[in-house]
Amino acid sequence: MGILIDKETKIIVQGITGTQGSFHTRLMLEYGTKVVAGTSPGKGGTKSESVPIYESVEEIQEKYNANASIIFVPAPFAADAALEAMENGIRTVVIITEHIPIRDAVLLMAHAKQVGATIVGPNTPGVITPGECKLGIMPTHIFKQGGIGMVSRSGTLTYEIAASLSRKGLGQSTCLGLGGDPITGLNFIDALKMFEKDEQTKTVALIGEIGGNQEELAAKYIQEQKYPKPVVAFVAGRSAPPGKRMGHAGAIVMGKAGTAENKIEAFKNSGVKVAEKPGDIAELLSKLVGK
Amino acid sequence: MKLFEYEAKTILAKYGIPTPQGTLATSKSQAVEVAGKLKLPVAVKAQVLVAGRGKAGGILFAGSIDEVGKTAEKILGMQIKGIPVKSVWIEEKIQVKRELYFGITTDRFKQCYVAVASGVGGMEIEEIAAKTPEKVIKVPINPQLGLRVFLARQIARKMGYIGGQIGELARILETLYRVGMDFDAELIEMNPVVESADGKFMAADARIIIDDNALFRHQEYKKRLLEGESELSPQELEAMRNDLAYVKLDGNIGVIGNGAGLVMATLDTIQYYGGKPANFLDIGGGAPPEKTALSLKIVLSDPNVKAIFINILGGITRCDEVAKGILEAKEKIGVTKPMVIRLVGTNETEGKRILTDAGIHVLDSMEDAAQRIVEIVKKGGN
Repeated sequence: MGILIDKETKIIVQGITGTQGSFHTRLMLEYGTKVVAGTSPGKGGTKSESVPIYESVEEIQEKYNANASIIFVPAPFAADAALEAMENGIRTVVIITEHIPIRDAVLLMAHAKQVGATIVGPNTPGVITPGECKLGIMPTHIFKQGGIGMVSRSGTLTYEIAASLSRKGLGQSTCLGLGGDPITGLNFIDALKMFEKDEQTKTVALIGEIGGNQEELAAKYIQEQKYPKPVVAFVAGRSAPPGKRMGHAGAIVMGKAGTAENKIEAFKNSGVKVAEKPGDIAELLSKLVGK
Repeated sequence: MKLFEYEAKTILAKYGIPTPQGTLATSKSQAVEVAGKLKLPVAVKAQVLVAGRGKAGGILFAGSIDEVGKTAEKILGMQIKGIPVKSVWIEEKIQVKRELYFGITTDRFKQCYVAVASGVGGMEIEEIAAKTPEKVIKVPINPQLGLRVFLARQIARKMGYIGGQIGELARILETLYRVGMDFDAELIEMNPVVESADGKFMAADARIIIDDNALFRHQEYKKRLLEGESELSPQELEAMRNDLAYVKLDGNIGVIGNGAGLVMATLDTIQYYGGKPANFLDIGGGAPPEKTALSLKIVLSDPNVKAIFINILGGITRCDEVAKGILEAKEKIGVTKPMVIRLVGTNETEGKRILTDAGIHVLDSMEDAAQRIVEIVKKGGN
């Protein structure tokens, strides 16, 4: 169970021979993820970590009919790689690549909507359903199978919180990284909808940060839809000054929009418990599940 | 990356968007010389990248050539929010009948660009939206179609125009969208775009922010940025040249971590325990030892820093590499300020051993480490 991926998901790696691509292909295989093939221009016919390499996704699909892709291709070419995956029938595309221009991301998302594909990222650690499948770059030992659906805009902060949950015996159904860019494929509401349908997910931990209004919209959605599962949240960037981009392209406060206070207040008004510090998420959740 | 007003206006003019006649000057004598080619009176405008130059006295008007020289001299001697003014843009003053707003930015939720327009202009768009929300027009743009003429005409009509003026304004709006796309603008705006006394439209002020991630497509601007012509502090610039994300803050606790979200949460946690972060520094994923060493050097070059908190949660990043970087920095630049290090994740045991052998204590919990660093600074840095 969990969302987006499971034991049966057949995965290709685009950009499989780069440092990150080959390293994480090995780790995904070790975790039991079904990586069937990869692409790397000029390296077709060879292998990386025992995975066959092809020149194009089209060629892979003639043999494997894969249903998900993970992209490590450098930023200037990453949008093209995602379009290639979608044009060849792949409907779940995880883009690990950071620094993709907004203009490219906008075009990509428009195309994904048209063909009905799901894009995770860009600039995401990916997605993991502990014990079943990992389509991403996260360290696996900090996750534990369980009932908490986690969704986040950042990578290492997710690891920090996941590790503290696992230490308390609070396992996760799926951990989904939305990505740190202003334009990403999935948003918090999409994740909430998926977690609502997933039987394994009993509660949701939502990790937001400054910039944009995704958190506010999620809070409104939770309230208006009377979201049936308990949600706890953390918002990073309380101490961030306006006009300064805090590392992530998406994390910037412009005037009054996108501040941590705004987001925290929106959550509180919707009945979502908000953690003061990352470590407090685990405590809020243990109270909810009665541990 | 923010462009100067003169850069933005020069680009707009090249695309055929009417702008006031103007020219750049970097000295009093040059200002006098170039003003001779313009119709008086003129506006003399400080070219700085920080907001609020008008309020700071960076925009003045001059009715004679003599006055142009004096105002240019005055503005060129100014500092606006700590930034010295290096150049002024001198342009013909226009007879304004009406000020309007038009800009293109991104709508994160709809995942597309959005045209924002208003029949009211001259203020920050947020202010316009707060005061007269009914007068702000927002139109999402399908990226596969672009801002078509028909859509621009619909917007012009909503901005309050009829007849031939619709066509003229629409042409400017449609062109601005093209400029925005060609320059990978995450924000492009004309504020105000003005209707002159004779019913013509003109971009009286223009702002372009290029998406940093697209600078590889705009090398000339990237070059200008890296050469230091920007609003960045010396530390921010040094970080940018080395692919590190550094943001200067007001406090005295230097912070280094891996991953933007974790570093942000680290700053928040320091503040939660009553401390004040001096900076944000993300070493990114999989940083080699040199990058950690360089990060320490950058953070320490801020004289306000009294102690340093290094918070690493290794995924791609390896704890042993970070530990080596810390030792390298100690050796090369001689770190004398106290450090608190939290190190967990990939190759944690090896990383801890390297540091412990060198006599450096390592903590496991981010919250404990944050409390420790705040105590150290409160006790006076020892």
